[in-house]
Amino acid sequence: MTLKQTPSQTVGPYFAYGLTPEQYGYDFKDLASGDLSTAASQGQSIRIEGCVYDGEGNKVPDAMIEIWQADGQGRFAHPADGRGSNTDFKGFGRFGTGTDGHNRFIFDTIKPGAIDQQQAPHISVIVTMRGLLTHTFTRIYFSDEGAANETDPVLSSVDEDRRPTLIAQKQGSTYRFDIHMQGENETVFFDV
Amino acid sequence: MNDRPFNRRDWASHPPFIDPAYKSTPLRGQTKPLMPIIPGLSELTGPVYGAEAVGPLDSDLTKNGVKDGEPQGERIIVAGRVLDEDGKPQPNTLLEIWQANAAGRYVHHSDQHDAPLDPNFLGAGRCVADENGFYRFTTIKPGAYPWPNHKNAWRPNHIHFSLFGPAFATRLITQMYFPGDPLLELDPIYKSSPEGARERMVAEFSLDVTQELFALGYRFDIVLRGRQATPMET
Ligand SMILES: [Fe+3]
Repeated sequence: MTLKQTPSQTVGPYFAYGLTPEQYGYDFKDLASGDLSTAASQGQSIRIEGCVYDGEGNKVPDAMIEIWQADGQGRFAHPADGRGSNTDFKGFGRFGTGTDGHNRFIFDTIKPGAIDQQQAPHISVIVTMRGLLTHTFTRIYFSDEGAANETDPVLSSVDEDRRPTLIAQKQGSTYRFDIHMQGENETVFFDV
Repeated sequence: MNDRPFNRRDWASHPPFIDPAYKSTPLRGQTKPLMPIIPGLSELTGPVYGAEAVGPLDSDLTKNGVKDGEPQGERIIVAGRVLDEDGKPQPNTLLEIWQANAAGRYVHHSDQHDAPLDPNFLGAGRCVADENGFYRFTTIKPGAYPWPNHKNAWRPNHIHFSLFGPAFATRLITQMYFPGDPLLELDPIYKSSPEGARERMVAEFSLDVTQELFALGYRFDIVLRGRQATPMET
């Protein structure tokens, strides 16, 4: 290694017009939004929603959540996945918690397929906000994938009592996934 | 395709999750140790944006918010390369920036700083680095602005940068600062990154980037996580 990493800094309170402009009503085109599905996406349409809570249990109104996932067949729209994604599903979403009346993030997407025989279906998540100097990584697993979750190597590596923080709870066609930055239910964050 | 996992985040360079001098961190930073994860396809892949994703004016902030005239302030050019720790250029990387206007005011609804908005300046831009990792923005030098962190607290002039690099794992959100700014030594956010590392966030004045009779130039290279030298055992 000849160079050193550029340090991370907080996204600050004013990211909205740069990163999520249309969601917040600014006159600049979105590159990504909370709606990942397209007309040609194949798979099961789902909604994932939740809130980000701070150490006092208050909802964070200025967080930005990003998600990255495989398509319905478990393939990524990225050259490192040699199998090739066979739908036009991009797999990336972004949502700020400042426009929903309940400070939720809301993603309308396709339920990801399992990437391989070992791993349970999951979505990768980046959490960032004012007051978070370095973004943090977590994962969303699904409550209706019990058998696959049992044997997933990442989920199995997490203490059993903390595992529920990584599992979105199915309520109809919506999955609820809250993120707790601190406290008894602190979400498991990964050293990605 | 190089599918080796990435080097770890360099915690000697990045700020801690909780830094009491920056008062929003004690309730928002995570407190439990990060869980190790075996990097798989989810970490080795990431969103792909090609040059077609950005509009022709997206990298020129002096033009992309124009309503009826030129934005106010000092025009500048910010250019540099996106590299990894081995000095390898990171091609086709999306860079997104946002900043205050020349008066130190953000367009954002919740910015209450009593400084004028500029009807011809939005303050947001983006571009995709070329095949050699080069990027370039034309913009207005952002003003300093006050914030409520402590008595008489002012953020140094800065531009917010957001990058992905080759994968979800290489994501970086940072801020670019300007050389010689007396506010740097007083700023808890800049100083949250250790001494010896934070200086990497200060752009360099460059006569090469400067465009004659038009705009001063600043050079800002950004270094993302590199690839591990040997494949990680799984
Ligand atoms: Fe700022």
